[in-house]
Amino acid sequence: MKNKGRTLLFLLFLGILAVLPQVPGLITSGFTYHVMILILLYASMAQAWNIIGGYCGQVSFGHSVFFGIGAYGAGMAVVKYGLLPWPGVLIGAVLAALVAMAISFPCFKLSGHYFAIATFAIVEIFNRLFMVWDWIGGALGLDYGLTEEGWLTFVWYDSKKYYFYGALILLGIVFGVVRWIEEHRMGYYLRAVREGQEAAESLGVNSTRVKLAAMGISAFLAALCGAFYAQYNFRVDPPMVMSLDMSMKFVLITILGGCGFFWGPLLGAAILIPLQEYSRIWLGGTGGGVDLIIFGLLIIVVVIKQPTGVMGILYGITHRFGKSRNPEDSGKNQDSGEVK
Amino acid sequence: MALLEVKNVTKRFGALLANDDVSFSVEEGSIVGLIGPNGAGKTTLFNCVSGAYAPSEGEIFFEKTNVAGFSPHRICQMGLVRTFQVVKPLRGMTVLENVMVGAFCRTQDTRKAREIAEEVISLCELEHRREANASSLTIGDKKRLEVARALATRPRILLLDEVMAGLTTSEVNHAVQLMLKLRERGVTLLMVEHIMEAIMPIADRVVVLDGGCKIAEDSPDRVVKNERVIEAYLGKKYAERQKKMEERKEGASHA
Repeated sequence: MKNKGRTLLFLLFLGILAVLPQVPGLITSGFTYHVMILILLYASMAQAWNIIGGYCGQVSFGHSVFFGIGAYGAGMAVVKYGLLPWPGVLIGAVLAALVAMAISFPCFKLSGHYFAIATFAIVEIFNRLFMVWDWIGGALGLDYGLTEEGWLTFVWYDSKKYYFYGALILLGIVFGVVRWIEEHRMGYYLRAVREGQEAAESLGVNSTRVKLAAMGISAFLAALCGAFYAQYNFRVDPPMVMSLDMSMKFVLITILGGCGFFWGPLLGAAILIPLQEYSRIWLGGTGGGVDLIIFGLLIIVVVIKQPTGVMGILYGITHRFGKSRNPEDSGKNQDSGEVK
Repeated sequence: MALLEVKNVTKRFGALLANDDVSFSVEEGSIVGLIGPNGAGKTTLFNCVSGAYAPSEGEIFFEKTNVAGFSPHRICQMGLVRTFQVVKPLRGMTVLENVMVGAFCRTQDTRKAREIAEEVISLCELEHRREANASSLTIGDKKRLEVARALATRPRILLLDEVMAGLTTSEVNHAVQLMLKLRERGVTLLMVEHIMEAIMPIADRVVVLDGGCKIAEDSPDRVVKNERVIEAYLGKKYAERQKKMEERKEGASHA
């Protein structure tokens, strides 16, 4: 079966990544770990976004809010209540899903770009709200105190190795969920809604429910990523998580890699994150904007040259050299990843 | 009671009266044709029945439930499904995947949905395009895909909106054969069609709309002789041709 093969490939990929730190001399510096952790984290974030933005075709600019709620969930549990992060992670993720569905429910009744516009607005709203909300630390945010290291507290000070494994597990969860969705009814319904809501409705698809479910799952997973981010940085404050910058990264990484493709988010992250991190070193003092300029330029090039992202380019190459005798299939990848 | 009963349906768009007090019924297992000139309100009526529009007035009974104003997906799940005159293939998906979306209406299981889809695809003679992208199909195959997708939802009644328009003569013959096959399987058909040669031989009844009103409802051979229908839609030429053909037939049988 084609599907079994793809799942096997995914498990094999996770296995290879898991072995990497064990190879002596391969990953020597903490910075290499840092870059790899960020790739895995951002790939997971982008994949979470891919559910609603890629497969379902509803472009959301609000994912930093759900990411932030997840981060604050973990932060509140640890800093405010002195607990382990886990109950906070769960509560944060559920809250993020609920907020996401509450915001999108009225927008999904409208068609076109209303959804994208509305999600833009909520980032600002939540950013301001969290800035002035003293109970959750206000503009100062929440700073982690010293605690014991280990998987229970999900905090490590010396080595980044365990964060790497944590990020790998996160990626496994998020990508696993998407793989499951792809193979089941929901995956077909998501794409049907993207390609033609009216046609989908006529075939028994409750498009509002499908979009709400996709939004809920997407926000839940984004919140898990946010919790990891807080644990990794030992702190959380509003501009760090709830900003348009952060929202853009969800969107841009996916679009660069290939919107609506399973491997798209990982490819996008593997290209953009090293660029971002290394340009930050080389261009040090010039501030945080340079990576976004590079993001922007890359996106412009990709959108003009190949709207389906790097995955589209790769498909194009394999089709030219592989099954090029099927001319009717060459249109397939041109169409499938479009954001509408 | 009939499987589908349209009762006094009126649909207004502002001052425009697209459907004016239309009533008719479709018996289970029959093929009913819905004909009329362009702008007569046929597609609007389809939209009302399938849930895309809520009728301004009137009732639509499907299996004794008034479904007027229900959402399309709910009506589809009840067993009434329509195809679109302007075909709407799900572009980024293959033919098989398109049909599977329909099949998922009756099952959650991917494998079962694929089985249903494969069966419907072979019924509609689309096997050779199974893995092709839906947007790459010819117009004839796209129309077949519309029918296949709708059939995969296992409907009790299928509303076909001009599935034969734009097809070649041999394609039309194939489509007619398919319609007859569907009736054998117990699917009731309500079809909008402009190709009289296709619809008249297979329809049990024909409903004629003009300017939003129903002007006739009868068996096909009586409808073609109806003065109002000839005036509004079929035209004098069709009537003359029909008369000649009958005379020829009579002549042959006398001889």
